[in-house]
Amino acid sequence: MAIEILMPALSPTMEEGTLAKWLVAEGAEVRSGDVIAEIETDKATMEVEALDDGTIGKILIAAGTEGVKVNSPIAVLLEEGESADAVASAAPAAAPVTEMVAPAAKAASATPAAAAAEAVAAEPVASGDAVEITVREALRDAMAEEMRADDRVFVMGEEVAEYQGAYKVTQGLLAEFGAKRVIDTPITEQGFAGLGVGAAFGDLRPVIEFMTFNFAMQAIDQIINSAAKTLYMSGGQMGCPIVFRGPNGAASRVAAQHSQCYASWYAHCPGLKVVSPWSAADAKGLLKAAIRDPNPVIFLENEVMYGQSFEVPTDDDWVVPIGRANVLREGSDVTITAFSIMVGRALEAADRLAEQGISAEVIDLRTIRPLDTDTIVNSVKKTSRLITCEEGFPFAGVGSEIAMQVMEQAFDWLDAPVARVTGKDVPMPYAANLEAMALPQIDDILASAIATCEGFRGA
Amino acid sequence: MAETVKATRKRKPGRPPKAASGATAANDLPTQDDLVAMYRDMLLIRRFEEKAGQLYGMGQIGGFCHLYIGQEAVVVGLQSVSKPGDTVVTSYRDHGHMLACGMDADGVMAELTGREGGYSRGKGGSMHMFSREKNFFGGHGIVGAQVPIGCGLAFSHKYRDEANVCLTYLGDGAVNQGQVYESFNMAALWDLPVLFVIENNQYGMGTAVTRAAAGRSLAERGAAYGIPGRQVDGMDVLAVRKAGAEALEHCRTGKGPYILEMKTYRYRGHSMSDPAKYRTREEVDAMRKQHDPIDQLREVLHKQNVTEDRLKDIDADVKAIVLRATEFAQTSPEPDPSELFTDILIPVGGRGAGMEG
Repeated sequence: MAIEILMPALSPTMEEGTLAKWLVAEGAEVRSGDVIAEIETDKATMEVEALDDGTIGKILIAAGTEGVKVNSPIAVLLEEGESADAVASAAPAAAPVTEMVAPAAKAASATPAAAAAEAVAAEPVASGDAVEITVREALRDAMAEEMRADDRVFVMGEEVAEYQGAYKVTQGLLAEFGAKRVIDTPITEQGFAGLGVGAAFGDLRPVIEFMTFNFAMQAIDQIINSAAKTLYMSGGQMGCPIVFRGPNGAASRVAAQHSQCYASWYAHCPGLKVVSPWSAADAKGLLKAAIRDPNPVIFLENEVMYGQSFEVPTDDDWVVPIGRANVLREGSDVTITAFSIMVGRALEAADRLAEQGISAEVIDLRTIRPLDTDTIVNSVKKTSRLITCEEGFPFAGVGSEIAMQVMEQAFDWLDAPVARVTGKDVPMPYAANLEAMALPQIDDILASAIATCEGFRGA
Repeated sequence: MAETVKATRKRKPGRPPKAASGATAANDLPTQDDLVAMYRDMLLIRRFEEKAGQLYGMGQIGGFCHLYIGQEAVVVGLQSVSKPGDTVVTSYRDHGHMLACGMDADGVMAELTGREGGYSRGKGGSMHMFSREKNFFGGHGIVGAQVPIGCGLAFSHKYRDEANVCLTYLGDGAVNQGQVYESFNMAALWDLPVLFVIENNQYGMGTAVTRAAAGRSLAERGAAYGIPGRQVDGMDVLAVRKAGAEALEHCRTGKGPYILEMKTYRYRGHSMSDPAKYRTREEVDAMRKQHDPIDQLREVLHKQNVTEDRLKDIDADVKAIVLRATEFAQTSPEPDPSELFTDILIPVGGRGAGMEG
């Protein structure tokens, strides 16, 4: 059966092109893969190859012809035993081009909110016994417990083993679990982040420690392009159960390259969960949840918080579900959201607001993505005012997103514009006075809350 | 043109992994059936890719489409000596690797046309396909990013004390990415069972390797880490197979990583829209006429008195597979609109993400 050779497209946007040159004549025998013609656009030249063995029966478009439409026949190929006489009659019937089914233009019916809605496990109820430990110890205990429970879990990073952790978070793990499961890496963030992703694809459960998340920018391609996107790009085949953890945000006097909050960076990308606890109990319970989670989890800690002590339940298996905020203090006049180190400042601000007769409700977000908007919206429906707190930059920050969510879901309940308390929009300065100015302080939260409440009181 | 770069690093004492079952000794000669199977596998890739190029020309495949035509001997020769359980990861010129790993031509072609029947249900495209069942871990679109991932797969083999190797393919363009050397260092440091296969097709997009890569040969790029490397005629499937068997044996027996630089050539452009100004037609024609991997193996088969009829049957067989794949890829429906919002996160407590998933 004679086969039509069609004008090919060089790119999805090409509609027509020039048939620059024929490299074969009518009657020529060709083999599959032989170059038979050249076509051109303003951008590129491409060779047209024969796709079957046969004889060039007829050339339909002469060399030099411009404006040849894509997919129009340019020649006819005869298969073994066919004669050129067959061309005229056979060609029209033999156009084996299967028309594409027209793409369905209808918009997707499912909404992201509906599709993403997932029941979050209930808040754990502690049995009552608790012990006071530091955030540092809570994180270590979480890893140790999960390593005891699942031998696929291993910890990898710079100085995690023999040095016992740059900030001593992995203290004692090497002694208990050995060098096979507690692995010191070279200083090679992109490399070990990518290796961790491969190990997760290979059915292990890596916990990758970054000495700080500032250094994870070296590895962000592996985190976003490999860890976060592969489940989607594989049609659901390739889960990536990995935890990337380490201190995030400002420490003290370490200046711009070592003092950045990455919460909004990672929260921006679908395919990741982003967790940032404040208390030791949440640090432990959320890290255990993160290690068990079948998805990549960004676990943002805070160096300044490591040494702070909190009551932690002594329950055997203390797991706090990802995706659930926590109302730490109830109030009626204004809602204050915060995460990580800012929670302590928000609570302190709430105490001082109470002295001035303002009742503040404080929500510890705990998880940045998926954000527990229900808890925020329910609180705003009660207080009608909202202040968001974060150490990160204001532009496109976590507070910006919360403000938008509240506008979409609770606009009619707001009595005042949502206010953001954030780090200043500058690289972190070194000088002590400038650093203090750049970071959001308790006084900033107070001022913002008073302005929000006073300015609109009685409105 | 095989040349070995000697490893000079001292071996640390260590426990060798479990012995590989049914290992192919490096000096085993392929049987006639092996040769015929390799011929068929190379021909399938060639015909599949030609058809993919045609479908692209007809507007049925979108975006980027990187064809493997000319390089078939590399992946077919290596996969012919790999063992069950070995894992494979590569970059975006990946259709040939998928077929050589035993993935179904229908599912690969349907992914190229962005259809529901594709390996990624139409959500990955040419550069992003995977099959846990066939131990093919992508299909990665960022140059060099698959190399640390390959080390991670090798790490998981070693962690579980398996006698398996991760075959990590990269191009001559990728060898100048920093993360490749981060990977070489970790692989050598920890004796990971990873075979780095550098497919040197002479051009990283339109830049000749000699204009991009310093040093004498890419096989030597691991020398500083003590990784042995070898240059192989990647147009000769028998040379690939022999070198591959030796290198895999090295990795499999706990001796750490190995580098094979496969000197190969792609006949087509980098992707579909390629100005073809960076090399001459004569150069391309000379490679096709004098070094074509399929023609070379066909000669060997002729010398072994494999009949023309048997080869014709293989031709017909391959043609039928490609035709069926094409029809499937054209008739499989586009993904349901609801698919837009699936596969972003695995529900907690839902389907496991592991190998068993």
